[in-house]
This record gives sequence, structure tokens and C-alpha cells, in this order.
Amino acid sequence: MERFQPTSAERLAGVIERAHAAGTRLHLVGGGTKAGFGHPVVADAVLDLSAFSGIERYEPAEQVITLGPATPLATVQAALAEEGQRLAFDPPDIGPVFGEAPGLGTVGGAIAANLSGPGRPRAGAARDHLLGVEAVTGRGEIFKAGGRVVKNVTGYDLPKLMAGSFGTLAAMTRLTLRVAGRAPATVTAALLDLDPAAAGRLMQRISGSALEPLAIAYLPAEVAVRTRHPLAAAAVLVRFDGPSVALDERLADLQTLVGDIAPVEAIDGPDSDETWVAIRDIAGLLPDGARALWRLSVPPAAGCSLAADLATSIPGLRWFADWAGGRLWLAVPPLADAGAAIIRPRVQALGGHATLVRAPAAIKAQVPAFEPPPAGLAALEARIRAAFDPAGILNPGILGSGISGPN
Amino acid sequence: MALIMPAADKAVMGERAALVAELGRLLPADAVISAASALGPYECDALTAYVQRPLAVVLPRTTAEVSAVLALCHRRKVKVVPRGAGTSLSGGALPLEDGIVLSLARFNRILDIDLANRCLTAQPGVTNLALTKAVEADGFFYAPDPSSQIACTIGGNVAENSGGVHCLKYGLTTHNLLGLEMVLIDGTVIRLGGGKALDGPGYDLLGVITGSEGLLGVVTEVTVRLTPKPQGIGALLAGFDTVEAAGAAVGAIIGAGIVPGGIEMMDSLAINAAEDFCHPGYPREAAALLIVELDGPAGEVEAQMDEVAALLNAAGARSLRRTRDDAERLGFWAGRKSAFPAVGRISPDYLCMDGTIPRARLSEILTKIAELSAHYGLRCANVFHAGDGNLHPLILYDANIPGELDKAEAFGADILRACVAVGGVLTGEHGVGIEKRDLMGEMFDETDLAVQQRLKCAFDPAGLLNPGKVFPVLHRCAELGRLHVSGGKLRFPELPRF
Repeated sequence: MERFQPTSAERLAGVIERAHAAGTRLHLVGGGTKAGFGHPVVADAVLDLSAFSGIERYEPAEQVITLGPATPLATVQAALAEEGQRLAFDPPDIGPVFGEAPGLGTVGGAIAANLSGPGRPRAGAARDHLLGVEAVTGRGEIFKAGGRVVKNVTGYDLPKLMAGSFGTLAAMTRLTLRVAGRAPATVTAALLDLDPAAAGRLMQRISGSALEPLAIAYLPAEVAVRTRHPLAAAAVLVRFDGPSVALDERLADLQTLVGDIAPVEAIDGPDSDETWVAIRDIAGLLPDGARALWRLSVPPAAGCSLAADLATSIPGLRWFADWAGGRLWLAVPPLADAGAAIIRPRVQALGGHATLVRAPAAIKAQVPAFEPPPAGLAALEARIRAAFDPAGILNPGILGSGISGPN
Repeated sequence: MALIMPAADKAVMGERAALVAELGRLLPADAVISAASALGPYECDALTAYVQRPLAVVLPRTTAEVSAVLALCHRRKVKVVPRGAGTSLSGGALPLEDGIVLSLARFNRILDIDLANRCLTAQPGVTNLALTKAVEADGFFYAPDPSSQIACTIGGNVAENSGGVHCLKYGLTTHNLLGLEMVLIDGTVIRLGGGKALDGPGYDLLGVITGSEGLLGVVTEVTVRLTPKPQGIGALLAGFDTVEAAGAAVGAIIGAGIVPGGIEMMDSLAINAAEDFCHPGYPREAAALLIVELDGPAGEVEAQMDEVAALLNAAGARSLRRTRDDAERLGFWAGRKSAFPAVGRISPDYLCMDGTIPRARLSEILTKIAELSAHYGLRCANVFHAGDGNLHPLILYDANIPGELDKAEAFGADILRACVAVGGVLTGEHGVGIEKRDLMGEMFDETDLAVQQRLKCAFDPAGLLNPGKVFPVLHRCAELGRLHVSGGKLRFPELPRF
């Protein structure tokens, strides 16, 4: 297959302009770690965006960074760490989910898929941290939107539209992200040996309290062991950060809130950080390549009971809950439809949605990876896609039947 | 400013009586206002310099009624201006001569409070403050708190992506929404976002609608996130001899990894106006005053109050007070919260501007504003959301002096140009509306604006929803489809052809 590797936004615009005129379908590739996400792209040529890499302008005092989307996440995280800062949306290293080596994901990939880690409920999603974007439309036009400041309502919020659009609207060439300070200290509280129902209730009480946890997750026993967190038992894990003098008080307040349901055990130092990296990267459900992997978004109070209910219907199901129950990850043993007929109706009944993140090609050919929208919304999404990419040449097919666009 | 609105459609105006009759068949009798004497209250919003009577005003009560009205307007090619409480400072709800105003005032019910999932669903006409009032006894609040929160509605907040003094820590409207129900111009009802779950499926249209100023559809239901009330809260009040020193203090606090609930700054004119108005005990001799509010777990607030006090002193604070109780904290805020009426007392009229700049450029912009103030011969009081670089210069003028409004608007436009020149933006939270519409070219080129307008076409191909706002030049959608930056000539002839 032909491969284009433009080295400037102008040249990229030239390539896309020609592809638009000729109807040549392009597969956009940055780091290439998420080729398994969504549906296979049906393309005539590969558009390699790896040249759009590197940190262009980092202003720690303003807490903003402008960079090329192909910049490796690891590079950005290292540069931020030197200034005591971080990406608060904490994007997962998702390559290993698709059998790639760890550490190769790019910032642009995390934005294009709107990937966020355990800090999302409090810190916001990837889309909330993209302040400005420069990109090339499917007509081959270079445009910019947003800016370099957080508070900005000048024109439509196109950065939000770009985030999570899987390269179907435009090819991004420059991103400006908001970054956050790193708190002086962090600690994780573990509440052990709780069953899913008790864990679900407890997580809502903690989320609704004034304790301001940074993240809350629940690992059932089997997944806790596989996640290699130091206590290796079913656990609600609660992460706090702040001035170190205040953290002991947070743990004590948590114990007061929890009462005699479970003793609060503290995990600190590198063990705490590694536990959350493992949760972020879904390590407890990997590698296990034969299993299909689902990602669910549900009302948090319903999460754990839904998972327990699914576990009785799907023998051998492995799962864990992040975002205080609002995000469930499921690893489903081999089934003809990856369990879609069981999972999707129950998730929809709760007003949530389910994404089939990983499954064998034969299953993805039958089961939509993304929740299909109702007719009115589907028509609107197709019109939006056509407004940016009228010939449907950018990553056609990746969203499956969900957002099919003109072709 | 010679503000030019889209030319009125004479055919639509000629059929006003037939339109009103049809609206009357769709809605209860008390939901259609067409008598000239009753249209007065709708002829402007809080940007009172501009007024226009609409063809009629409708006040539907249900989503089905909104859908029927929009479908009718779509069929008859009648323009529609959606309206919440009419508190826009940018003219977002200014009516059109050949259009109707669709008021959401009767969508005034809270539909669902779900504390387990920490969310609340309301109709768009519920006021911002009413959301917090509904849940505060249970220990929650709705975080975005624009200063008009007693009057402004959640629907208007969605349209403008409103902020407030606490968005440094808690985010803007867009960060606090879970889902919406909205009606498209052809009457189609859609739901966006994730309902009670975070991160809905498909394109992030929830994010696109937020801040779209009523140009894409009419929101009929809003689900917001609720935040637990903080355990502890405290504030510090510091006076500085120079604006530069105050700006450096803001940088030092944020640089230390502290995220205050809010950091506000006022300049000398604003300090003295506030002191004259309500005597909050501000240091009159200071060139700049900072209010830093910290909230969160009690022990953390205690520790951070000490740390911030040390940083303020190190930055050269001439005076420093810290709250001992909540009464004192509210006293600190009394002057800031009444800054607008306080300035209103020292001048017959004022224009409130709304640029955002990178924090480090604060003193540069203030110097520029002082120069412009001398140039135009108009005073300017400055209040800022300093933590996020959002400026609210208040330009003082007298509308009864011929030419002063024009001068004030030219002054305001120059301030916003200066904001863009240092890497900032035209509007941080008030919206573009009509007020900043003709300045959009300062930030965006023709292609940038064409891409935005094509998005508008995907929602509203006939351009019936709130036309004349946000975009300086109206293009027909077909024309935008043909627009091509390189004028048909392919660039880089050496690139391979497909």
C-alpha cells in the first residue's frame, strides 16, 4: 500500500487535497499502537503522521504545552515531570491491550481516542485538556481552533469535537494541552475483602463526601491478584493527594466515614503509584489475548451491581471498576458475539453505553465496536462528518456503522 | 460600532399575522406574545445598548411544543432567537426584526435529583443558583457560579459555557455537564452526552453545543454533575504596591502546585469604588488587591493557607489578612461581588469586557489598558479572575454624551485586540454574541471561520437559528461547501497524484 509521510502541515494539506479530489481513502497513523481500536480502516493508502512530533513550546508557569500529536506520551510525561507537572487526565498506555509493546503510545492517539485514566471523574477527560488544535480537514485545508488559555468561549469548541473523533474529521498537526501541578504527596487507602455490592455502595459514599479523592476503583479478588497490587485481595482503592501533613488526616477521616465496614490500610510510596498505573493500563485483565475486552460507561452507583450481574450470566467473566463504578472493564471468555447480546441491553437499560475495545476480527465484523446511535443523532453525526470530510477519505470504516459518513 | 444585522426578510415580515396565527394553533393562548406593547421586555438582553423588537415571542412549556415551533419556523423560513433569562453581556439574545424569540422561561422545573450518582436533571429555565439551593441541604452544590447566578439560567449557562469565580478549581459549565436533550431546527429531538454516565458515545457533541450561543439547537433538558461541599474553606486578602507584584504572586501560588478555589484581582479604581460602595475594608492605597480562596479537606486548607500566606509575603504583599471565620470570608468577597454596581455608581454607564490572556502577560496588558484609557479619555476599572487570566475591564462612559458609546466600544475592541496579540482570546466566558462578532477576524482566518460555519450548516443548513451572532460574515451553506483555500490550484506539484 502506498505510504505518505508529509513533513509539514502544508505538505499534509497537499496530500489530503489530492486524496479528496481523487477519492483516495487514507489510513491515518501516528504511533500505530491503536490499530486494533474500533473497526479496521478500509484505505487505499497510509498517511503516516509521525513527522508531527516534538514539544514545540512548554510554558510551565502558564501550565500549557504545545506539541506535535505524534510526540510519545512517555516523552511528554518526562518533560512535565522535570517541572513537577503532569497530564491530569492520565492517559492509559493502551498499546499492550492490542499486543503492542508498552510505552509507544502518542499524545495524539490518546486525544483522538479520548482516553483518560483513573483521575477522570475529578480532573476531566482527555477532551477537557485539549485547549487548542491545528489540523487539516478532509478537503485539505489547514485550520486552527481554540487557543492557549483555559477560559475561552471564542467560537465553537472544535477541540472537543476533535477529541474522540478517531481521525475521521481532520488530521491533527499541533495540539495545545493544559497541564497540572503535581501535589507534594500521594497515598492510597485500601479497604479489603469487600464484595461488589458493598464496594459499590461504599464508593458512592466516598465520592459524595468532602474527602476529595483523586481516584476510586474496585478490584475483585482475582483481578486484584493479577493487578499485583501489594495487598492482593478484593479491595476498594482510594487515592488521595495533597500536602503530606494533611494526608494522615484524610486517612483518618476516611476511616470515620467507612466505620467498621473495613479497616483502612495505607499503601504509599512507589507501591501506591504502581497500583494506579496498573489500574490505568488495565493490567489486571492482560494479556489474555483470547478474551474480548469491553469498556462500559454507566451511572457510577449502578456499576458494581451490573458487573456482578453480568458475571453470573457470563461464566468466567473477569472485571474491575474504575471511576467509582462509572467505568467498568470486562474481559469476556470466548463467545460468538463477545457477550454483546447480554452486555449491551443491560448497559442501555441503565442509560450507559458499551465499547467493544478488543475482539477477534470475525467478531468485530458482526458486533459494532461503538454503541450505534439512534437515527436522528446518526444523521446529524453523518452531516458533521461530511462538513469536515465530504469525500469520506479520512479513516473510513474505523467507527463501523456508528458514524459511517457518506461512504 | 456600526452593527449590521442580517437584512430582514420582507416576505417573512409580510406574513407575520399568518405566522402568529399558526403559532397560536401550536401553543396555548398565553404562550404567544405578539402585541407590540408586550414585546418590550424582550427587545434586548443585558447588553442594553442594542434593542430590537421581534416579530413575536413564544413561551413553550414542553419539548414537544419546542419541536413543533421549530419545525414550523423551519418550514416557513422564520429566524429563531432562543432566550434564557436575558442576562447575556454580549447580546446573544438580541432579537431580529424578522424573527421570533423562543423563551425557555417556562422550562422552570428540576426533574430529578440523584445524589447516589451525584447528578441533577433540570429544565433549561431553572436558575443557576436554584440548582445549588436544591441540593445544599444534602451537602452538595453545582460548581460553576457566574456572578449573575441569581438570575441566569442553566440553559443560558450551557449556551455560553459560563464560568464564575470558582472555575479555576471546579471547571466551567462544559466540565460539569453529563447530558442534554435538545431540539434541532427541523424539530428532531436528540439526546447528547452520557446521561448519568461520564463520556457519552460518538462525537463529543455535548462539548460542541456547550458555548455555541444558541446557533445549533434549542436545549430542553440539562443533566449536571453535583459536587460535595468542601469540608473547609478560607480566604486571604493581600494588597500590593504594583500590579506586577500581584501578578507574580498569582504565578507563585499556581507554580507551587496549589489549586485555589479562586484567585481574584482588583485594581486601584475598582478597589476604591468597592470601598465607597460597601466598605469591605480593602486597602485603598494598594495598586492591586488579591483575594485567594482555598477550599477542600480541612487539614489541607489549613496547610495551604500557611503556604499561600508565605508566598504572598514573599511576593511583596504590603497588607495581608486571613479569614478566621466564614463571616469574614464573605466580607472579603462583598466588595468583589459588588464591583459592577460599585462602578455603576461612579459612572452613568459602563461596558464590561471579557478577554483572557496568559497569566504572565498581565502587567503588560494593564499597561496597555492604561495607555488606551489616556488615549480615549475614558476611565477603566479592572477586575480579573486572575488565576485563569480572565480579565473584566469595565470601561466607564456616559451614553448621553454624543459619541461616547462609540469611543467606549473602540476602546474595548482595542483591549481585546491586545489580548489576542499576547496569545489570549476575545472572550473567556461572556460569549461572542454581537458584541465581539466583528473582531473574530483578529483570532481566526477565513478558513478557520469557514470550518466553524460548516459545522453550523450540519445543524442548521438554512441558517435560521440566531443568525447575525458570532460570525462576522454570513455565508450560505452551499457557498461554504464550494469555498476552497487554494482557489482550485493544487499545491506542491511535485507530490504524487493519486
